[in-house]
Amino acid sequence: MAPGSKATKSNETPIPLTSAERVELYRTMVEIREFEEQVQRSYLEGLVHGTTHLCNGHEAVSAGVAKALRPDDYLSYTYRGHGHCLARGMDAEAAFAELFGRETGVCGGLGGSMHLTDIDKGLIGAFGIVGAGLPVAVGAALSAQLAGKEQVCVCFFGDGATNIGAFHEAMNLAQVWKLPVIFVCENNLYGEFTRIDHTTPYEDLVIRARGYAMEAVLVDGNDVEAVYAATAPAVARARGGGGPTFIECKTYRHRGHSRTDPAKYRDPAEVEAWLKRDPLLLHRKVLADDGLLGDQEAEAMISEARAAAKAAADRAAAASWASADQDFMAKTYV
Amino acid sequence: MTTREMTYREAIVAALQEEMRHDSRTLIMGEDIGESGGPFKTCQGLYEEFGAARVRDTPIAETGFVGAALGLALTGYRPIVEIMFADFLGVCFDQIVNGIAKHRFMSGGKVDIPIVIRAIGGAGLRFAAQHSQTAESWMMSVPGLKIVCPSSPAEAYGMLKAAIRDNNPVLVLEHKALLSMKGPVETGVDDVEMPTGPKILRGGADATIVASLAMVGKALAAADQLRAEGIEAEVIDIRTLRPLNVDLICDSVRRTNILVVVEEQARTGGWSSNVVADVVSEAFDYLDAPPARITLPDHPMPYSPALEDAMIPSPETIAATVKSLL
Ligand SMILES: Cc1ncc(C[n+]2csc(CCOP(=O)(O)OP(=O)(O)O)c2C)c(N)n1
Ligand SMILES: [Mg+2]
Repeated sequence: MAPGSKATKSNETPIPLTSAERVELYRTMVEIREFEEQVQRSYLEGLVHGTTHLCNGHEAVSAGVAKALRPDDYLSYTYRGHGHCLARGMDAEAAFAELFGRETGVCGGLGGSMHLTDIDKGLIGAFGIVGAGLPVAVGAALSAQLAGKEQVCVCFFGDGATNIGAFHEAMNLAQVWKLPVIFVCENNLYGEFTRIDHTTPYEDLVIRARGYAMEAVLVDGNDVEAVYAATAPAVARARGGGGPTFIECKTYRHRGHSRTDPAKYRDPAEVEAWLKRDPLLLHRKVLADDGLLGDQEAEAMISEARAAAKAAADRAAAASWASADQDFMAKTYV
Repeated sequence: MTTREMTYREAIVAALQEEMRHDSRTLIMGEDIGESGGPFKTCQGLYEEFGAARVRDTPIAETGFVGAALGLALTGYRPIVEIMFADFLGVCFDQIVNGIAKHRFMSGGKVDIPIVIRAIGGAGLRFAAQHSQTAESWMMSVPGLKIVCPSSPAEAYGMLKAAIRDNNPVLVLEHKALLSMKGPVETGVDDVEMPTGPKILRGGADATIVASLAMVGKALAAADQLRAEGIEAEVIDIRTLRPLNVDLICDSVRRTNILVVVEEQARTGGWSSNVVADVVSEAFDYLDAPPARITLPDHPMPYSPALEDAMIPSPETIAATVKSLL
């Protein structure tokens, strides 16, 4: 947890995980990490175009939140959304193919790294305009409320997004309409190259939620079980008609904002402190201490995920380019 | 005054720096423009020279800081704002179209609105649908704004300088694919005049090609290709979208009798329709063929590289279109 912040406990009773599920959380995080590492390598090989925003360091948020969801729930997320998609089960090859601009990409090569979408998995959209996903999540949550099937919508966004108007309008709407939406703020302390203390009057963004009388939880976003423990009761409450929750996950991105950013503006001591709190290392240690995951098993899991990511990327790179001869108007209008 | 080779990006910085030195009422606001100099480095060195009060890093809050520009302008300042990607003009659209553009009029002409909105737009860098628009058409239909489109380092310098001295709201639509373009720029010019219309960049008797921003370079390349086949195309940079002045284009068409307009905008609602309509009204009898518009197709920008390239008007397409009209 970031210095100076204390996790707040929600009042709900925790929903326990089995040993196998706790190990699975680790596997999910490893898969996301290895995916992103492969994206980086593929980028250097010239396979990824334009820009890409890696989520290394944020894996516990994606994994912990996704674990608390049902297959018929909705997710809205951002340009830094590879982890959310993978945790939700997006096919890695289809994701790589999208990043590579191929026909087999999850969006046929039309969307790219910033816009991975898979409506069948409830992955309703990756928004490149900061804050734009929040009102959309409100709409999906309203839909869930109207349909009465106890679905929820989870909405991921960054600390920087809490300064844009759309954030505030969405928070207010969600609360006055008691919508089943979980706002998950991944507070990594930076919006692009600017630290939160330059742009925001406080570092604990749960304070924002209080202004809307919204239930709010502050959690160590690098502790996957803590993220799950905060999300599961919020989801349960939302399903029962209890309204929205704002969950602030304190976390840190290991790399720069996007592929061109070496992140020189960060204090090396701050970076080092957070790297020691790498969510993968933390959870691996917890599992080892509980006798659930030996070193060899963990290493095997990592090699397996690395090989799988490489194989998926290789298959994606072998696929045909998205065709310029396709019917774009049919992709624009029904 | 000195003339030196510089990039489009450096020309932007030079104009900002000179004007901020010239008038202490100027200040600039935008995201990550302080110590880091801007995501596209278009504010490099300004923070060091002018300090945090005049080079203001803002939160991600386009509605907030663009709206604040109006408040500043109404009370004696001359604000400049940077919109990192022109696409984000969508976020602060209301402040611009219902506020900044109309405030003087609604006050009965009693107030001046000296605001510059710089927005970096354009395709070609694989940034996909939400980060590749130039916003020309979005903004074209808003009375009360001036809109300029620099196609070279010298234009970027001149237009920005003039925009900052202008007492009207001026939208400067810069193009990210041009940021590293090099060219001669005469800097240290005290009083640059605001362009009032298009400019002929290359004379020719056989056809008139009009373009904006990155399409100007494509039009010039097309003219080179045509010359190799003995066809002389006149290339005109539209420069100012608002107010739109087609006099020079009509004069050109009276000489060449052929008109092709190229823009990096979706076909429906693109500014080339305006140019064609005005030229047809004014110089119909001089046209030997129906004027042609070359635009982006009417769908959003795809991400995949070859698809993006296929969308953007190419010199080959422009040259072929000219030939088809001769
Ligand atoms: C409306 C808008 N303004 C600016 C940007 C440029 N931009 C992209 S990401 C970003 C920083 C966002 O920070 P945060 O919300 O903390 O998310 P993080 O990138 O840290 O995950 C900015 C300013 C944008 N995409 N949309
Ligand atoms: Mg952030």
